[in-house]
Amino acid sequence: MATQTLPATRRTGKAGSTIFLKTLMAVTGIIFILFVLAHMYGNLKLFSGERSFNTYAEHLRTIGEPMLPRRGLLTILEVVLGLSLILHVYSAVALWRRANEARPQKYAVKKAVSQSLSSKTMRWGGLFLLLFVIWHLLQFTIVKFNVGSGGGAFQHNPFQLTVHAFQVWWLTLLYILAMIALGFHLHHGVWSAAQTLGWTTTPRARRIAKTAGLVIALVVAIGFILPPLFILFGVIK
Amino acid sequence: MNLTLKIWRQNDAADAGRLVDYPVEGITEDMSFLEMLDVLNEQLQARGEEPVAFDSDCREGICGMCSLMINGEAHGPEVTTTCQLHMRSFKDGETITIEPWRASAFPIIRDLVVDRSAFDRIIQAGGYISVNTGAAPEANNIQVPKVAADRAFDTATCIGCGACAAACPNASAMLFLGAKVTHLGELPQGQAERSPRVVNMLNQHDAEGFGGCTNIGECATACPKEIPLDVISQLNKDFRTAKKYAG
Ligand code: HEM
Ligand code: SF4
Ligand code: FES
Repeated sequence: MATQTLPATRRTGKAGSTIFLKTLMAVTGIIFILFVLAHMYGNLKLFSGERSFNTYAEHLRTIGEPMLPRRGLLTILEVVLGLSLILHVYSAVALWRRANEARPQKYAVKKAVSQSLSSKTMRWGGLFLLLFVIWHLLQFTIVKFNVGSGGGAFQHNPFQLTVHAFQVWWLTLLYILAMIALGFHLHHGVWSAAQTLGWTTTPRARRIAKTAGLVIALVVAIGFILPPLFILFGVIK
Repeated sequence: MNLTLKIWRQNDAADAGRLVDYPVEGITEDMSFLEMLDVLNEQLQARGEEPVAFDSDCREGICGMCSLMINGEAHGPEVTTTCQLHMRSFKDGETITIEPWRASAFPIIRDLVVDRSAFDRIIQAGGYISVNTGAAPEANNIQVPKVAADRAFDTATCIGCGACAAACPNASAMLFLGAKVTHLGELPQGQAERSPRVVNMLNQHDAEGFGGCTNIGECATACPKEIPLDVISQLNKDFRTAKKYAG
């Protein structure tokens, strides 16, 4: 069949193209990975006791002084992370919509030959993570409410705020589920980001990126799950 | 072999379409999948029914016309094209569901036949090099490193069949795009147009309505020519580093 010469098409331009959106998602995703690793490290300080943990928390507010005002670096990080979250979710939703439009009619029979559970759950798992992040910020940063029965809130004692929170079993369970979801998200996300940023142009680089995804996912998920578990079982108190 | 086929029948783009059951008998293991469909069509014609429309051309695995989704796998269970798939890959008594490629960029023309000219337009947007035709140039004038030549050759085996986009959960054609961009980008002759090529081809890909890649990998598994996933990373890299004047 002879094809017609190219008609003028609607151009998406470089920005707004699928690869631009993917790159946005990958870059913001990597910002999240760095943040999550640092956050996990901070949480592990719960194991070294109230003083150590609270000193660490206070230090976060004074880093960079006197060059920066109090909470200076923290505020910069909050802005960067907030913007990243908006862009990450924006590109995820935009690509999700495009994917749905690209296949309006589904197959009656479709085999998933090489999809990992992680890659299949990126979108719904990501949505769950978004809800979790909102809950988490309300609980520990914005409102600082106490879910336990122990009475008053611990606005100015991060260690007590945390310990009292995770003595509640359903809260610990919620966090464990969220961290498992995060592990899945990172398992595919790390490799996917490497691929999107053009770092995996050889089979060897692909294997390395996939392994890195697995390792980072396990480290982050386990690193985050340990402190709440140890609090629930009364080891940290 | 006796088989039950569930085949997608659709009169034209306006028709809603449906899966219809067809029992077939007397199939031998040595028949190709398309020959099996030929047998069915002869039986249908003998009964005065409309034969099933499906595409094929070379029937030797090089043209990319024979696009069928077989039991949920593009080109069926083997790493080859539908025309090179043989009935020994199936069991006697099996039910086989046969559907057309499903993507809004591949509109159905009739039954199992889809319009894949979106791929032709993507090629027209940049999947070429501009050289004057004439006598073949002296082969050793332009040196090509062995690894580059190998990679260019391997990716040049893409036959544009569309299985990658058909198998992709996002209906993304980026394996195809990556194969073309890598093939030409590895060669000295491909450098002059390298930046506009990747931007224009991607723009056309998006404008045709294909989805965005999420690096799941169904495409590379479905590809009859074993184009590897790393061409998509190459595509992403070329796109990111494409010069401003491109497109
Ligand atoms: C807050 C809600 C979130 C949503 C809705 C979300 C959604 C998504 C989606 C849909 C993808 C694309 C999946 C794919 O490429 O197959 C993705 C990729 C990614 N996400 Fe998230 N995510 C969220 C949070 C996070 C967080 C908290 C992190 C890090 C800890 C993260 C890290 C990544 C990474 C690294 C990628 C890979 C980028 C790429 O595909 O190139 N995401 N996310
Ligand atoms: S990359 Fe493979 S599956 Fe996609 S069009 Fe080319 S040959 Fe077909
Ligand atoms: S008919 Fe040409 S590749 Fe199958």
